[in-house]
Amino acid sequence: MHDKTITEIVGALDAGTISSRELTQDLLGRIDRLDGQLNSFITVTAEQALSAADQADQQRANGQAGPLTGVPLAIKDIFCTQGVKTSCGSKMLDNFVAPYDATVVSKLRAAGTVSLGKTNMDEFAMGSSNENSFYGPVKNPWDLTAVPGGSSGGSAAAVAAGLVPAALGTDTGGSIRQPAAFCGITGLKPTYGRVSRYGMIAYASSLDQGGPMARSAADCALLLNTIAGHDARDSTSIARGVPDYSEELDAPLAGLKIGLPREYFGDGLDADVETAIRDAIKVFESLGASVREVSLPHTSYAIPAYYVIAPAEASSNLSRYDGVRFGHRCDNPSDLIDLYKRSRAEGFGDEVKRRILIGTHTLSEGFFDAYYKKAQQVRRLIRQDFLGAFEEVDVLMGPATPTPAFDLGATKDPVSMYLQDIYTIAINLAGIPGISVPAGFSGKRPVGLQILGTHFSEARLLNVAHQFQQATDWHLRRPEIAEENA
Amino acid sequence: MQWETVIGLEVHVQLATQSKIFSGSSTAFGAEPNTQANAVDLGLPGVLPVLNEQAVAMALKFGLGINAEIPEVSVFDRKNYFYPDLPKGYQTSQMYDPIVGRGEVEVLLDDGSAKVIRVHHAHLEEDAGKSLHEDFHGMTGIDLNRAGTPLLEIVSEPDMRSAKEAVGYLRAIHSIVTYLGISDGNMAEGSMRCDVNVSVRPRGQEEFGTRAEIKNVNSFRFVERAIAYEVERQIELIEDGGKVVQETRLYDPDADETRSMRTKEEANDYRYFPCPDLLPVVVDSAYVEHLRESLPELPAEKRARFQDELGLSAYDAGVLSASRAMAEYFERVKDVCGDAKQAANWVQGELSGALNRDSLDISDSSVDADQLGGLITRVIDNTINGKAAKQVFQALWNGEGDSADAIIDAHGLKQVTDTGAIESMVDQVIADSPAQVAQYCDAEPDKRGKMIGYFVGQVMKASRGTANPQQVNTLLKDKLDALC
Repeated sequence: MHDKTITEIVGALDAGTISSRELTQDLLGRIDRLDGQLNSFITVTAEQALSAADQADQQRANGQAGPLTGVPLAIKDIFCTQGVKTSCGSKMLDNFVAPYDATVVSKLRAAGTVSLGKTNMDEFAMGSSNENSFYGPVKNPWDLTAVPGGSSGGSAAAVAAGLVPAALGTDTGGSIRQPAAFCGITGLKPTYGRVSRYGMIAYASSLDQGGPMARSAADCALLLNTIAGHDARDSTSIARGVPDYSEELDAPLAGLKIGLPREYFGDGLDADVETAIRDAIKVFESLGASVREVSLPHTSYAIPAYYVIAPAEASSNLSRYDGVRFGHRCDNPSDLIDLYKRSRAEGFGDEVKRRILIGTHTLSEGFFDAYYKKAQQVRRLIRQDFLGAFEEVDVLMGPATPTPAFDLGATKDPVSMYLQDIYTIAINLAGIPGISVPAGFSGKRPVGLQILGTHFSEARLLNVAHQFQQATDWHLRRPEIAEENA
Repeated sequence: MQWETVIGLEVHVQLATQSKIFSGSSTAFGAEPNTQANAVDLGLPGVLPVLNEQAVAMALKFGLGINAEIPEVSVFDRKNYFYPDLPKGYQTSQMYDPIVGRGEVEVLLDDGSAKVIRVHHAHLEEDAGKSLHEDFHGMTGIDLNRAGTPLLEIVSEPDMRSAKEAVGYLRAIHSIVTYLGISDGNMAEGSMRCDVNVSVRPRGQEEFGTRAEIKNVNSFRFVERAIAYEVERQIELIEDGGKVVQETRLYDPDADETRSMRTKEEANDYRYFPCPDLLPVVVDSAYVEHLRESLPELPAEKRARFQDELGLSAYDAGVLSASRAMAEYFERVKDVCGDAKQAANWVQGELSGALNRDSLDISDSSVDADQLGGLITRVIDNTINGKAAKQVFQALWNGEGDSADAIIDAHGLKQVTDTGAIESMVDQVIADSPAQVAQYCDAEPDKRGKMIGYFVGQVMKASRGTANPQQVNTLLKDKLDALC
C-alpha cells in the first residue's frame, strides 16, 4: 500500500482489505527501515499514530468514516501539534512541545487522519535545499547524493519514498513547489489566505502559506478540501466558501488558454528541464489547450523584493525567541543582554541569523524607505503583472525550478541558493496559487512543471494538473528506495 | 530672563474592554500573575492576533468626543524592541496611520476661563506585561496578565504653558474617557498614565527648546510636581551655562525629582513596519454615525448647558460637569427638587463637604440624589428652614431614615408657619427681655436691624428651631418698632 494514492488507500480501507492500524504499522516499519538514509522525519509519533488509527478503524466500523478517515500522513515540523515536539528545524525550539494544535492540524485530526510524525525542514523554513536543518540535511529519495529541496524537503522526501501518502508543507517563496519538483511529487501552494496560518510558526507572515504535498493532484484536492477555509483566529484568512476541489478534476481541458511567461524560459534554465517542460506543454496542446507567450516584466525584481520583505518580517517574527519564556536558553546568563545574545547566538543557525540581520538592517531608520517601502512597491507591480496576464490566459505554465535537484553541499553561496527560487518566489509576492507536478526527469532526478492561476483558482489548477496526470505517468514513477523492502 | 514652559502630553488610557486587544483573555485587574494570559498573549510560536472590535469602537468614540478627524483606514504597525515583559519582541501599535486624527480638548483653567489644547492624534496599541523584581532572590519574575490590554495613546500638541494647564488637560481627558465609559480612568491601577514632554524657552522666542520626556507619571499631583521640578532644573541648567539634552527621564515621587533614564543617543531604533498579521482597519461612515448617535453628552456640552439653560455660574457648571457621576447626581437632584441653583449649592456645599470628610467618591455617597432632592424640596416649600435642613442632611448621611420627610417627622422639625403660634412666642420673648427692648429702642433706626438678631435667636430657641425665620423676623420688627 505504500506507493498508493489516498484515493486507493481509502478504497482499500472501505473494502476492508486493510485496516488503518495495519497500514500505519506498515508505514511506521518503513520509516524505521528507510528513514535512516533519508532523514525526512524529526519526530515519529508511533504511539499516537496507532491510537489514532484504532480510532479511525472504529469510526469506519461504525459507518462514520469521512473521505480521509484512517489515512496516514505527516506534518511539517513548522505546524504546532499539541503535546508533540514542534522544533521548526531549529535548535531554538528543540525543547519546545506545543501546547496547542495549529488550525490545519486540528482539521486533519478531526477528519480522522493519522499523523505519523513531524517532518524535517530548513530551520524556520529558510532554505531551498533542506541543508539548514538543526537535525541535519534530508536526502533526495531519487538520488541520495542530491538535496530534496527546501524548506518542506522532509515532507517531499517522505511522500516520494513511500513513507506516507501525503504530507503538509508550507510555502513562503517556493517551499512546497520546489521540493515537490525535486522529489517528483505534486505540491500545491494555495492562494494566500485560503488556508489558516494559525499555529504555523511564522517565517514571513505576508508570504507564508500552508498546503498539501501528495502523489497526485487528486490527493492534493482531497487534502485541500479538509484544510482550506476561513479561520476566525487568523485575521488574514479569507472568509470565502470552500468549493469541493475534487468535483472539477475531470473537467476537459479543451479551450484552456495557457500562457508561457517569456521570463521563465530564459538564461539559467537547464536544458533537460526546458525539454521536459516543453514536452509537457505539448501534452496540454494534445488535450485541446491553446498556448501563447506572455510577459511578466517585473520578474527579475522578485528575488530582490522577496529578500527584503521576507527577512524584514522574519527579523520581527523571530524576536520572540529570546530565551525568556520558551525555547533555548543559554546557561548561566550574567545579565539580561547576555541572556538574549547567547540564547539567540546558540539557538539560531547561520542562515536564520543572516536573514535576521538583513531584515533588521532593511527596517532600520534611514533604510526603511529605500528597501522595505521600495520592495512593497515592486510587490504591487509583480501582482499587477500576474493579474494582467490572467486577463489574457487561464493559467500560466513554466518550470518550477531552473535545474533539477542539485548535489548536497554543492551550493555554498547563499545568493546562488536564493536564485533557485526564481520561478516560485513571485507567486508568493502576488498571493496567487501555484502547483508543481512531476513532468519528466533529468537523469534520475525529477523535473517539475509549475502551473499558476489567479487568486482562488485552486480548483482549476487541480483540474489542469489532474488531467495532465491522466494523460501521463510521471507521477506514478517511484524511486528505487521506495521499491526496496517493499 | 523670563522663561516660558512648553508642555506636550502623551496620555495612555487603558480601554475598558472585556477582553484583550488581540486575544480573548480577560482584562480584569488584580488576578494572580499569568492567569490571564493565553497562548496569544504569551507570544507562543504560531499564534496570531485578532483585533477586538470593542477596542476599535472605544477609540472611535474618543475621536468623536474630541471632534477629531476619523480616517477611513488605519493600520497596525510593529514596534520592535527586546524586553522580557514584551512577549513577542514587538509591540503592536499604530505609527503611520492612527485610528484617530487631529482633534481638540477644551481645558477649564482655575480662573474659570477655557483654553483649547490640540490633540495631534490618538492610536491603539497593546500594553506590555510587568516585570516583578521582588520575591525572586535577585532574579526577575514576569507577569503577563497585562500584556495585550488595549491602550489608547492620546498625543497632544505642545500647547500647554504651565503645569496647571497640563493637569487641566489631563483632567479633561480623564473626564472625557470616563464620560464615554471607555475607561475607568483609575490612575492608581494604571488605567491612565502619561509621558510628559517638557521644554523651556525665553519668553517671546518662537522656536522650542530642547525637550526632556518624563515617562509614566501616574497621578495628577505627580504630573504637576514632575513638571515643576523639571522646569526648574532646565532653567537652572541653562542659566548656569549648561544645555538641556534630549533624553528620557523618570519621575521619582519619593525623592520628588526627575532622573535621566536614557539619552537620545541611546534611544532605540524601533524599526516600525506594518504588522503583516493584521489587515488595515477600514471604518465606514455609517458605523461612525452609529457610534456618534450613541455618544452621551460630554463634559464641555454639559458645562455649556448648565450655564445657559440652568443659569449656573461658570465655576459651578465646571465643577458639576467635571465627572459624569457628579453631573448625573446633580441633574437628578435638580429634577427631583426643580431648582438648579439650590441643587448646585447643596451638591457643592453639604454633600461635597461630607464626601470629603469621609473620603468617599460621589458614587459611594451615603445620601443618594433622590434623598437630597427630597430634602431640598422641603426647604423650598418651607416645610423646614435652612438650619433644620442641615440637621436632616446629617441624619440622612448617618442613615437615620430613608427620606427627608421621615426624618422631619421623627424629629419634629416641621417648620412652624402658623402666625398665631409664632406671634405668641414673639410676645413672650419681648415680655421676657425688657432690657434688650430698651437698648433696641435707644439705637439709631439703621442699627436696629442688627440688634433684632438677639430676639430672633430667642424665638427660634423657644420653637426648637421650627419657627419660620422670615415670619419671626417680620413680626419682631413690627412689634418692637411699635413699642419704641
